[in-house]
Amino acid sequence: MLLTVVDYGVGNLRSIAKSIEKANSDSKLNYSIKVSSDINDIKKSDKIVLPGQGSFKACKNGINNIKGLLDELNQSVLVKKKPIYGICAGMQLFATKGYEEEETNGLNWIPGVVAKLDIGKTNFKVPHMGWNELKIENTSKVFKDVVDNNHAYFIHSYEFIPQDKNNVSITTNYGKDVVAAVSQENIFGSQFHPEKSQNTGTKILTNFLNL
Amino acid sequence: MLKNRIIPCLDVKNGRVVKGINFVDLKDAGDPVEQASIYSNGGADEICFLDITASNEKRNTIIDVVNKTAEKCFVPLTVGGGIRTIDDIRNLLLAGADKVSINTAAVKDIDFVKEASKKFGTQCMVVAVDAKKVSDGKWEIFTHGGREKTGIDAIDFSKKAEANGAGEILLTSMDKDGTKSGYDLELLNIVTKSVNIPVIASGGAGTLDHLYDAIETGGASAVLAASIFHYGKFTIKETKEYLKSKNIPVRL
Repeated sequence: MLLTVVDYGVGNLRSIAKSIEKANSDSKLNYSIKVSSDINDIKKSDKIVLPGQGSFKACKNGINNIKGLLDELNQSVLVKKKPIYGICAGMQLFATKGYEEEETNGLNWIPGVVAKLDIGKTNFKVPHMGWNELKIENTSKVFKDVVDNNHAYFIHSYEFIPQDKNNVSITTNYGKDVVAAVSQENIFGSQFHPEKSQNTGTKILTNFLNL
Repeated sequence: MLKNRIIPCLDVKNGRVVKGINFVDLKDAGDPVEQASIYSNGGADEICFLDITASNEKRNTIIDVVNKTAEKCFVPLTVGGGIRTIDDIRNLLLAGADKVSINTAAVKDIDFVKEASKKFGTQCMVVAVDAKKVSDGKWEIFTHGGREKTGIDAIDFSKKAEANGAGEILLTSMDKDGTKSGYDLELLNIVTKSVNIPVIASGGAGTLDHLYDAIETGGASAVLAASIFHYGKFTIKETKEYLKSKNIPVRL
């Protein structure tokens, strides 16, 4: 079994790979975990992890800059229905459009937009940075072991607002309910970093591997 | 609710901890990876390495430390000290650091912060502001580990750092650092009110009430401390339980 962490020039991929390796060995699973930008690896993969750091636009450009990557992601996820997990800006890319820097088309897998974190008239700081509590909204195979008030590590200034609230698996409160995790069929993702969220994160990654 | 973060900081020189936990049962008391693991398993919200390696040829030792830490610690890791180029940042992030803390290079040229935050995202850019009080209500920043005076106003510089892509400010009071007499609350208060990004309080922690004051009175989003944790005076858990008993939101 092969899991590929897509390397499209952003982010701290080593931590992600290491945390998945830990989930893999703790549960005695037999995945090989590969960090790669090679389309053929993604083609051969059973599962895909899409990381993301920096702006929505920069991430989308990163994907566009690797020839054939966008097509292969669409093929793997929408046609072959391979499970994919998006992290932070990687999850945000699932949206229809993002508005960071300028309006940019996303992957449009989960209809919705990514907009500047709107905390209204509160004096909260942006980025939303640190450990926040989770609240389960809809059950999901990948997030099934997460319970209300578990903590996860967030660091973001933009939020994903899916059109269909049924896609929202988890929210977190930061002056209002902010989308923390989404699910739709074989597509999963979280605004928080499972690779930095200790046991809660490991549980989620284990569930993803066990799909 | 977002929790206030407790961040232990380890000074690392030539790949070894020089100011760290003083526990006898450690296999290798100088191993930063082992110490970071203890803190992360003990409930630290982030880990900070301050690289104080002086010689250039040994500077790569921190990369190796970060590499090994990333295999064991699944909490955010910040690395500071001697970061001068885009490649320095890239190498640390590739090794597994989540954030880098920039001090001298940011003061010398704020465009460096701008360029780096464009490349790697504001989420990983911590600007370290080392401030010393020069007169009533006025602080100046110092560079080179606090040795060089710059004449630059600390509050102005914090705002400038935010405007140029800093995701967080690590604010150290040079007057309080090492004194164990508490953080500079006046300075903290002014800076936390002047910027809209999180501020980490640093310098002066000696008791748990100091941490409480930094958050409650100073408005800090996170508190960084070294000696109160290293010498076994308080564990991270005791610290958090105390803060919780005083209604500070912490992750337990």
